[in-house]
Amino acid sequence: MMSIGRTTPRIISAGLALGLGLLSGTPGALAGDPVTPFTIVDGYTVPDSLTETPGDPERGRKWVINRKLGNCLSCHEMPIPEEQFHGQTGPALYGVADVYDEGELRLRLVDPKALNPYSMMPSFHKVDGLHRVLSGFEGKPILSAQQVEDVIAYLMTLRDTSKRR
Amino acid sequence: MTTKALARGALGLLAAGAVLTAGAAIGSDDGTRIHWGPYKVGDKRSGYTYAGAQTRAMQDDDFQNPAFLWLERGADIWETAAGEAGKACADCHGEAEEALAGVATRYPIHDEARGKLMNIEQRINWCREEQMGAAPFKWESEDLLGITAFVKNQSKGMPVAVSIDGPARPFWEQGKAFYEQRRGQLDMACTHCHVDHAGTMIRAETLSQGQVNGFPTYRLKWQTLGSLHRRFRGCNKNIRAEPYAYGSDEYVNLELYTTWRSNGLPIETPSVRK
Repeated sequence: MMSIGRTTPRIISAGLALGLGLLSGTPGALAGDPVTPFTIVDGYTVPDSLTETPGDPERGRKWVINRKLGNCLSCHEMPIPEEQFHGQTGPALYGVADVYDEGELRLRLVDPKALNPYSMMPSFHKVDGLHRVLSGFEGKPILSAQQVEDVIAYLMTLRDTSKRR
Repeated sequence: MTTKALARGALGLLAAGAVLTAGAAIGSDDGTRIHWGPYKVGDKRSGYTYAGAQTRAMQDDDFQNPAFLWLERGADIWETAAGEAGKACADCHGEAEEALAGVATRYPIHDEARGKLMNIEQRINWCREEQMGAAPFKWESEDLLGITAFVKNQSKGMPVAVSIDGPARPFWEQGKAFYEQRRGQLDMACTHCHVDHAGTMIRAETLSQGQVNGFPTYRLKWQTLGSLHRRFRGCNKNIRAEPYAYGSDEYVNLELYTTWRSNGLPIETPSVRK
């Protein structure tokens, strides 16, 4: 698949990050590094899982609700009836797995601005290039690599659009 | 005062009537079907238009609006001598209603002596230190909130009209840059919520345009009156960005930019918000 023009520097910057290592963390370079590097392929997907342990959809469902973690409900409606007041600032996620595959969802979680530089959506697994991060949160991604994979696993269960409100 | 309050009460009832008869009421292009009167000027919508009916009713009724306790405190400060000069605000400025009408619509201003901007709070403290020989009020103290609200309240209903021409311009530019810069762990700029997505829901909260014409505001969440800079700090912390200090140059520049965005909306101080 052809990539859009502006994704090329993204791929290069991913390569730089791998080369520089300490800036964003290289696999295996530092034990307990909070950020697992990822590679954007063809400008639209991050096909490789960030972890060896597969994502757990039940845990992912918790992370998307949790206001201190994913807090995805603040902007997106999802089939989670026990939670009131789903946000509507982003698109609803009913049936999102019918639209995107795992790799496409992974890119949207780790670096949505690679697709839309004007997006309001946070990059959930990123610590570089941020401005004035609140004391106590510096160097920490919003979601760990495992939590990203859990959220993807949960989103991949959202296949049935027929129950959309 | 009482007549004013009654008039405002009557306006409140009218607004409530408009809600009840929404189906047949005056059309409005913001999806609310409510005719917002002075609270909507062109595309600019006061936070009032995003507030719930109960919150609006609380603001409309001077006897229900908790912020009026601070206004009384401000009125006392205006009349009470303080500092080495033994003077009260009123000794130089006279009757507040006359002396202060319209003043708050022009702040922040550019202060030549300091070579930077000065907002109302800073102007009040400048007066205290330079003219009265009194200690400045601490930011977010009941005294500074009270006198600030009192001063701004004298311009209630008058359109915000800050100038960004001449020497104020570069400070407005800096405020604009602040407004548009992504910050914090969530990597968001003011503009993402208050320009791009105003009117949409973040969980149970409606994002407003972030208009500032009602500050200091009585915020139900705070259970007290609070300054615009307190709101800035709260917003910054919400996106996990390191806040700036109260009265910092960064926030005063941002205050000029956000106040310029509110140009044309009426001063509502003291407003009531969720």
